Amino acid sequence: MNAVKTKDKLKEIVKTLRVDVVKSLAEAGSGHLGASLGLADVFAVLYFHIMRHDPQNPGWEERDRLILSIGHVAPVYYAALARSGYFSVEELKTLRKLGSRLQGHPGRDHGLPGIELSAGSLGQGLSVAVGMALAAKLDRRSWRVYSIHGDGEMQEGSVWEAAMSAAHHKLDNLTALIDRNFVQIDGETSRVMEIEPLKEKWEAFGWKVFQCDGNDTEALIETYSKARAVAGQPSVIIARTKMGKGVKTIEDDYRWHGKAPSPEEAEDFIKQIEDENV
Amino acid sequence: MKMYKNKGDKPTKTGFGAGVLAAAHQNGNVLGIGADITASVGMNLFADTFPGRFISLGIAEQNCIGVAAGLALSGKVPVFSTYGVFAALRTADQIRISVCYNNVHVIIGGAHAGISVGADGATHQALEDIAVMRVMPNMTVVSPCDATQAEILTEKAILGLSGPVYIRFGREAVPDFTDEQQETEIGKGQELKQGKDVSILATGHMVWEALEAAEMLSAQNISARVINIHTIKPIDEDIICKAAEETGAIVTAEEHQIFGGFGSAVAEVVVRNRPVPVEFVGMADTFGESGKPEELMGKYGLKAKDIAAAAKRAIGRK
Ligand SMILES: [Mg+2]
Repeated sequence: MNAVKTKDKLKEIVKTLRVDVVKSLAEAGSGHLGASLGLADVFAVLYFHIMRHDPQNPGWEERDRLILSIGHVAPVYYAALARSGYFSVEELKTLRKLGSRLQGHPGRDHGLPGIELSAGSLGQGLSVAVGMALAAKLDRRSWRVYSIHGDGEMQEGSVWEAAMSAAHHKLDNLTALIDRNFVQIDGETSRVMEIEPLKEKWEAFGWKVFQCDGNDTEALIETYSKARAVAGQPSVIIARTKMGKGVKTIEDDYRWHGKAPSPEEAEDFIKQIEDENV
Repeated sequence: MKMYKNKGDKPTKTGFGAGVLAAAHQNGNVLGIGADITASVGMNLFADTFPGRFISLGIAEQNCIGVAAGLALSGKVPVFSTYGVFAALRTADQIRISVCYNNVHVIIGGAHAGISVGADGATHQALEDIAVMRVMPNMTVVSPCDATQAEILTEKAILGLSGPVYIRFGREAVPDFTDEQQETEIGKGQELKQGKDVSILATGHMVWEALEAAEMLSAQNISARVINIHTIKPIDEDIICKAAEETGAIVTAEEHQIFGGFGSAVAEVVVRNRPVPVEFVGMADTFGESGKPEELMGKYGLKAKDIAAAAKRAIGRK
């Protein structure tokens, strides 16, 4: 797939993904709005610029793999897949409905093209990403693994088992990203369970750590490019995002973590997204 | 006179290890995953023969399962073995989502199954693993009765199946008695002895005890059928229904809790198809303790004489 070159075009895609997220959640009547909006820039950058993939051939062996550990941001994942051409944008309306291929959390068993992993139980995705990266190394293949994690997810002990193993096996073909929005369902991560110092933790576990603004597509492209150049160790991007990004009235409000907008709210949110100057 | 000859005591884990090695020779994608206790769980043969295909991940079982799922999603055939208490229980959520929901071909070896682990005591005696593994959608659960069968079934599970598999085996040297030439297929029970008064359905180490129980019963003019159920899921419904129909009473025997395990799996088939009295021999909702394997099997009622007594109770309820 050709990388989207122009910065303006990429920013348009980010807005499109956000609008798709609001529409599909309003239609579903439930789901996780906040982090789905906050990660729109990351998904746009990965699917439209960084990753090597072919929507016409989802099983292409040389494709880069995206492991979404936080299955609850499925709405933005589905929007990115649909806008890439894996399936029709129209299908986004079926999110969370009976018989849909768009499960509340991604499920490969429902046959949606482009889904690498059925996931949603936190703390498991990094282990799977490690397994994939190991497989690529064993076969001397050049494809890379990108994984996406939540900051609250860092509280799961299994994340650190996986982190230790990725460094031990020198998996420089793996780049994780942590959605650092400082909030989780119960409120601020610092209040629920402090995860800082996060950068130092990952460094101590043997990873190359990058930090950037996760709502800045140019910064993300630059950081992913640097991560790709790291040799001999895995890399992680701690990406500062705003939960609810793009909808000014709900930005950084943790109450929108696991909520869907009403039809009236959706109309207002979409207007805010479209009017935002980026 | 014994119908089945013990070729010599052997732990079932050596059969598992030999089966992994045999499969690895035939398929270059077979990989081993280690969580520190390589020799003790039967993986040393593989690790020594194929060091480049053995991935050490340390004492981190949850990660081992996730990594195995990632490898399997990338075309590899990972075999992960550790003590059953960790392999099946500590990792239950990873097995449920990363392995079973994704329906990937990951082979999980559950070592040190049963109370015959002995002196290590309750913490290391896997007595709940069958129940937890068999409830997982897509999972195949295999429980070979001796080393010969463990090797055959392990090789078949690795090379012949496509979804998740849990293979359970023990540490203690036990009678190795099955015939290599005997037809052994995953999902197919084996009638080891004919009988008409009662059927003893056993799995794992308890199959030998069941054969001994049948001899004791025979001396009392009770004709007991003995069936080895080495695949607990998918279970061989036909052989169970036939036993219920033809003998009218059933005893199940397992080195595992009686709740939710092998006996429950048999009972589910019986009550749905041909309700007859069923008696359960197994751990009666209790933890084990330290002791010699023989002493523990005796104390917790897992010996041939306990099976024979259960058979008489089942017959009495006809
Ligand atoms: Mg968060």
